[in-house]
Amino acid sequence: MATIAATPAHAHESHAHPTGLRSWLATVDHKRIGTLYLFTALFFFLLGGLEAEIIRMQLQGPNGHLVSAETYNQLFTMHGTTMIFLAIMPLSAAFFNFLIPLQIGARDVAFPRLNAFSYWVYVLGGIFINLSWLLHAAPDGGWFGYAPLTTRAYSPGLNIDFWVLGLQILGVSSLAAGFNFITTIINMRAPGMNLMRMPMFTWAAFVVQFLIVLAFPVITIALVFLMFDRFFGTNFYTTAAGADPLLWQHLFWIFGHPEVYILILPAFGLVSDVLPAHTRKPIFGYPVMVFSLILIAFLGFGVWAHHMFAVGMGPIADTVFGLTTMLIAIPTGVKIFNWIATMHGGSIRFTTACLFCIALVAFFTIGGLSGVMHASPPADLQQTDTYFIVAHFHYVLFGGSMMGLFAGVYHYFPKITGRMLSERIGKWHFWLTAIGMNLTFFPMHFSGLLGMPRRIYRYDAGQGWDGFNFASSIGAYILGIGTLFLVWNIIKSLRSGTRAGNDPWGSPTLEWAIPSPPPEYNFARIPTVTSRYPLWDMKQPVLTADVPHTQRGDKEMDVAIGGKTVGHPHPAPAPQSTRVAESAMHIETETYSAAELGIALPDPTIKPLFVALGLVIMLTAPLFMHEAQMREIAGNAAGHRTAMTMFWVFALGGASLMVGMLYNWLLTPLESAHH
Amino acid sequence: MTSVPLTAGHVAPDAHDPHATSTGLDNKKIAIWAFIGSECMLFASLISTYLIYKGRSKVGPFPHETWTDPSTGKTLHAILNIPVTSASTFVLLMSSLAMVLALAAVQNKNVPKRTTGERILGNSSLWLLATAALGITFLGFQAYEFTSFVHEGLSIRTNLFGSSFFTLTGFHGAHVTAGVIWLLTLFAIDRKRGLGPRDEVNVDIAALYWHFVDVVWIAIFTLVYLIK
Ligand SMILES: [Cu+2]
Repeated sequence: MATIAATPAHAHESHAHPTGLRSWLATVDHKRIGTLYLFTALFFFLLGGLEAEIIRMQLQGPNGHLVSAETYNQLFTMHGTTMIFLAIMPLSAAFFNFLIPLQIGARDVAFPRLNAFSYWVYVLGGIFINLSWLLHAAPDGGWFGYAPLTTRAYSPGLNIDFWVLGLQILGVSSLAAGFNFITTIINMRAPGMNLMRMPMFTWAAFVVQFLIVLAFPVITIALVFLMFDRFFGTNFYTTAAGADPLLWQHLFWIFGHPEVYILILPAFGLVSDVLPAHTRKPIFGYPVMVFSLILIAFLGFGVWAHHMFAVGMGPIADTVFGLTTMLIAIPTGVKIFNWIATMHGGSIRFTTACLFCIALVAFFTIGGLSGVMHASPPADLQQTDTYFIVAHFHYVLFGGSMMGLFAGVYHYFPKITGRMLSERIGKWHFWLTAIGMNLTFFPMHFSGLLGMPRRIYRYDAGQGWDGFNFASSIGAYILGIGTLFLVWNIIKSLRSGTRAGNDPWGSPTLEWAIPSPPPEYNFARIPTVTSRYPLWDMKQPVLTADVPHTQRGDKEMDVAIGGKTVGHPHPAPAPQSTRVAESAMHIETETYSAAELGIALPDPTIKPLFVALGLVIMLTAPLFMHEAQMREIAGNAAGHRTAMTMFWVFALGGASLMVGMLYNWLLTPLESAHH
Repeated sequence: MTSVPLTAGHVAPDAHDPHATSTGLDNKKIAIWAFIGSECMLFASLISTYLIYKGRSKVGPFPHETWTDPSTGKTLHAILNIPVTSASTFVLLMSSLAMVLALAAVQNKNVPKRTTGERILGNSSLWLLATAALGITFLGFQAYEFTSFVHEGLSIRTNLFGSSFFTLTGFHGAHVTAGVIWLLTLFAIDRKRGLGPRDEVNVDIAALYWHFVDVVWIAIFTLVYLIK
């Protein structure tokens, strides 16, 4: 047994992370940005959860009178919008940011400042959309915002304006991050980190980025049409002018179905990396797991109209989309079986992270099965717009995405903060969540099949729904209490959690070869990777006996462009000796400052924050245009002028801030010439 | 179980170039391709909407057909001006040629130039400015087209054709505008300190963007203007 833990560094305190507010505002370190994403997204998760609790209080019994119909519309719209765009996607983004560079052996993402920009756009967009609550004008058209219902004629208030503009802002964030991560994964891998050696989470993240950059432009255009209709009087969704009332639905779901994979695949990726660590077995069928991800992504663009069976597209379209939807269950089912096979025969440690993985496998399967049920158009006609659908997508989003993300939180929190979460509190969190979630969402299958429609704010007694709704509400309260255990756990861990060390779980991938939290430069020496599970190769080679290896590392990266293998040959082909694996891969236990190691790191800069701020200010301007139009209609000429002045101040002020700062950013080199 | 602890003595800057990439391509090159892929979906959505709404407008003017207003009896002719737009399309195509020359001039900055022809071909500022100027000319044509359409009674509010046409071509025009600003910025840098082979990737990605915007226009010109 050789020493792994050398004496920890203590003489380098002065080179520790800079702290203080400014250092966070100006950070371009992917790990700090990931941490910001994590805590911001958890905050919005609590907010979205609070909205859900109010919804369940309202529906706890017949004829609830806690909130008005208007408020109820705002609550369910903001619950969906918040959970999808402000909680689950950014929670995934937290892991993208923190893990991708570590898992592929890079020092940062390809464009660190763009990464900071993505975060600031996200957080400002989240604040923007929630400011609507202060004006009692939160979005109220559902997270899907169906036009023509959301056009000015039917939704005259500011509510939908906030939603349209907020989603445009958040789209910018996701797209910028997408380009960044695609480039990072293609181009920043450590020597030997071939595509088929990448950890499963990085693979899932890679596939998701393609979904994001291809799906988000479609919703962008749909939203532009809606914006133009609302502000400039165009006719895209005006049926009286001959517009197709289904245009929005098509555009929205061409985005919307890939979006559900954007929400679930990162969780799949996390589980595929967390399970092997806790079952002490390599993932079962790695190549199949990779190809099923790619297949799901491809098919995901060909199923959108299964959201529209009820609109009467005709038998051919219904059949085609029904079949493609059933088809997509195959690669998804393959993943489920592979996880089960990974657990089979493993020496499973039932840690909280592992329990959440198992929960994903179980609950997502229930959601997947109900999904295949309404892939059949005749069945869907019975179920559409009922609570059965609500049950289905909460099983896949809460039972799937959130379980996977919770698994990721418990598994990676020690890496992110250097401190363990409490397993005891974690078990409370897990069991309350598991019980609460099933008690909330399982009865919805029945209330839905008994005909309870979605989005109603109250219902009469005696329709057979009362008991199921009561059960759902009790479940939601249990779920809420469970979530408080997570909050408690995080606070407790940050204050007094056990120190984690490099690798508390005995995990196989690169991120566990470095200290927790990782030093700002990540790897003092960029590792040379010779297999999928480099740490197990070193520590427990018996676990990876069946995983493909190369003894000497590979000559080149396996990237082929136009049939030609490209890339730099590895600088120092290792000698043929038995100590090769050791010299190629190593554990780093000491931390230094980047300067001591001669590593050039990007300079902190606050410019991305200001570019993001300019963008958001600019996109706030149309709200004043709406106000001006309202005042003009009311015959208030002076008020109209004031509002239009505000419009121009925000539009031009925001635009000049954005462009000026952008130029400043682009003309400043990433890192100062010499350290 | 063995491992090699990393001690301070082992720590050295990486043997290989820290900026070497897995593919050997610059990061910016990969990012611009990802961006262009995304932009394809953006324009695909715009163009599909235009095509879906083709012929569905309740009132004129129409792109390729005359229309008589039943209430006034006034006849509005087909509004698209193919000859003028052919000219502007030609201008945009030529701008792509100038862009190719600009990139080549930057790449060959250090190659000695002997003849006047070589000096002209090797003048990156000239070709960057020419590309931008042709882009501005295209935008001028578009401004003329838009104002004459409005004059003839077609605004973005008039009918489905007006909404989808102005939005589609307006989006394209905005992309050309962004490209022109990008090119003028490169021109200014070239005048200030001279762009050379080390700046190749920065000009290359601008060129890729510019060619992409050009290709999108070919699609728009064919689908909107030429096909009746
Ligand atoms: Cu779907």
